[in-house]
Amino acid sequence: MKRIYSLIFIGFSTVLFSQENSFISGNFETNLQSYFIDSSIGANEPTPEIILNNAYLNLLYNNGNFSSGIRYESYLNPLKGYDSQYKGNGIPFRFANYNSDGLEITVGNYYEQFGSGIILRTYEDKGLGHDNSLDGIRLKFEPINGVYLTGLIGKSRTYFDYSEGIIRGADIEFIADELLNIEDVNYSLILGSSIVSRFQSDNNPSFILPENVAAISSRINFNLGNLNYYAEYANKINDPTGSLVQSENNYASGKAFVNNISYSQKGFGMSFESHYVDHMEFRSERAQRKEYIINYIPTLSNQHTYSLLAMYPCATQPEGEIGFNTNIFIKIPKKSLFGGKYGTTINLNFSRTNSIEGGTSFLNDIDSLTHESAIYSKGEKLYFSDFNFEINKKVNKKTKLNLVLSKQKYNKDILEGKIEGEYGIIESLISVADLSYKIKKGHTIRLELQEMFSKDDPNAQNPSDGNWHMMLLEYTVSPNWFISIQDMYNYGNYNEDDKLHYVNSSFGYIKGANRFTIGYGKKRAGIFCVGGICKTVPASNGFTLNIVSNF
Amino acid sequence: MKKILTLISIMFFASYSILGQKKLPSSTIKTLQGKPINIQDINNDGNPIVISFWATWCKPCKKELNAIAEVYEDWQDETDVKLIAISIDDSRSKSKVKPMVNANGWEYEILLDPKKNLSNLLGVGTIPHTFLINGKGEIVWEHTNYLDGDEELLYEKILSISKQ
Repeated sequence: MKRIYSLIFIGFSTVLFSQENSFISGNFETNLQSYFIDSSIGANEPTPEIILNNAYLNLLYNNGNFSSGIRYESYLNPLKGYDSQYKGNGIPFRFANYNSDGLEITVGNYYEQFGSGIILRTYEDKGLGHDNSLDGIRLKFEPINGVYLTGLIGKSRTYFDYSEGIIRGADIEFIADELLNIEDVNYSLILGSSIVSRFQSDNNPSFILPENVAAISSRINFNLGNLNYYAEYANKINDPTGSLVQSENNYASGKAFVNNISYSQKGFGMSFESHYVDHMEFRSERAQRKEYIINYIPTLSNQHTYSLLAMYPCATQPEGEIGFNTNIFIKIPKKSLFGGKYGTTINLNFSRTNSIEGGTSFLNDIDSLTHESAIYSKGEKLYFSDFNFEINKKVNKKTKLNLVLSKQKYNKDILEGKIEGEYGIIESLISVADLSYKIKKGHTIRLELQEMFSKDDPNAQNPSDGNWHMMLLEYTVSPNWFISIQDMYNYGNYNEDDKLHYVNSSFGYIKGANRFTIGYGKKRAGIFCVGGICKTVPASNGFTLNIVSNF
Repeated sequence: MKKILTLISIMFFASYSILGQKKLPSSTIKTLQGKPINIQDINNDGNPIVISFWATWCKPCKKELNAIAEVYEDWQDETDVKLIAISIDDSRSKSKVKPMVNANGWEYEILLDPKKNLSNLLGVGTIPHTFLINGKGEIVWEHTNYLDGDEELLYEKILSISKQ
């Protein structure tokens, strides 16, 4: 509380000194939803409040090199799919920051990431209901040209509270050409190294637990003209995991290796990302709950936005996973045989993740085995794979077309934490046609047709949901209005009663940076993942009102 | 809690009237090569700058950048405007940014904000979110979403602050 007052005081006094360079900005968002009982779609849990709401307000004050801000959050009561620990109102985020002449000081809450985030990444994702900002002190300093230091200490946010563990971190980065004062070259070399350590006192009656646990990582980033290479290796040691009972507690170390390469030139681009991860979840507390996770292992698949493509999403398995994701982008030039008048864009994407040979080190430690699998050694179990072919074409002055053909394999048992053999691997073939047509200036109509043909695992005990149709019709009037209606139809469900339509409509008004949207419809129960964190969203039927405003 | 809220509201609203125009805050983001750059160091010799926040997975963002790409040369000839497309792709999709930009042949200046340092300070929630900055570095207009044809409104706003 005291801290808030001091922040306000700092902010206020700066306002009084110089007004011209200072300004206030921010944004507001509210998401209201009503819930009706609809047993046909499985929305059976009563909502005595009828209406639930998640709302946020960010207020930021800026004055030259100084900035400060607060976020007020209100969950009365939290929307379904969000943890009930969010219930209530508060200011869980406030900070003051000063950034000048190579020195940056942050006091209060902050988000930070070292390298690609394998040992530390704090971030917020409102859709996921995830926010693990650190509360404490952070310093960034550039002692000499080309050397960048970061040091931090803090506790990670968990809903309206903070972790018991204290996180300390340091990162150093060298940018070779800046350091050696070489200018105007078409190459660059960046080297970095970081350490993150957690302190949590040991009050366990049966074990003497290590109170300080660390993760370290080193990285290299090399650019040569249009070629870019990035690699990072990380290690975690001494971290007691398992449920802290005799049979399960162990201190297996974790490791991860990331390799990314990309190349591009005008009209062509490719990227290849891969990683090997073994027992690499790092938390701000020993407790095995997702809200304490403070590292991030990027998922090796493209993030899909078409609903049937995103129905079975890939999620990172930090306990053990090896895989890759590759993309090829091609633009066939205008006025060529396949390019047509406006050119054609093609995107090919292929990704695959598997178990690691020998299994996770965590298990090997229990069985008193030594985990000796070589890095980059693939296990037999498939977790996820997809192949996507996307073609984007402006047909004529008024018509645009986007087509996607996708083949996915989804190990539901692993990715959704089911019992092995329950669902097995669901295979699906998905097609999307997205057509937009400009009726007159500012008026556009868009039609989206999607089909999913899925095949169950022959050895599975339970069937999947089967085939789906999806259709969306949208009419937009630039720059202010949009209206859309969509239907997802699970016509292939094995159960006659579950062959359901999920119809949704929404209507919105946009002015500048303000937006109002009202919607009504049924949403299916689903799973929504970012990084290693997934959220299950229950089925619902009701109205939604969403207001977003930026100022 | 109530007292604090009242205090904050009074403070902010009382000071609002004596404050200056919204500007680009001091915030360090990255170039495509991974080098730090303070957003306040960008300039366009007093001509308008458009900053568009986007990501490789955002369909409307790509629609907007493609639509502007078709008319960008004309816009530049007429107003000397510069578009800076800032990607908020995180480490999951960051390595796709440059290949996608080059394949599409976008002539924009590309910067990366994977930690959302700048986008948080500017209050960017959903993308696309587009800002128009005048020669003095002030944010004179902003817009979220992209509906087909929105680039025409953006261009009207650019024309209204352009020197020519």
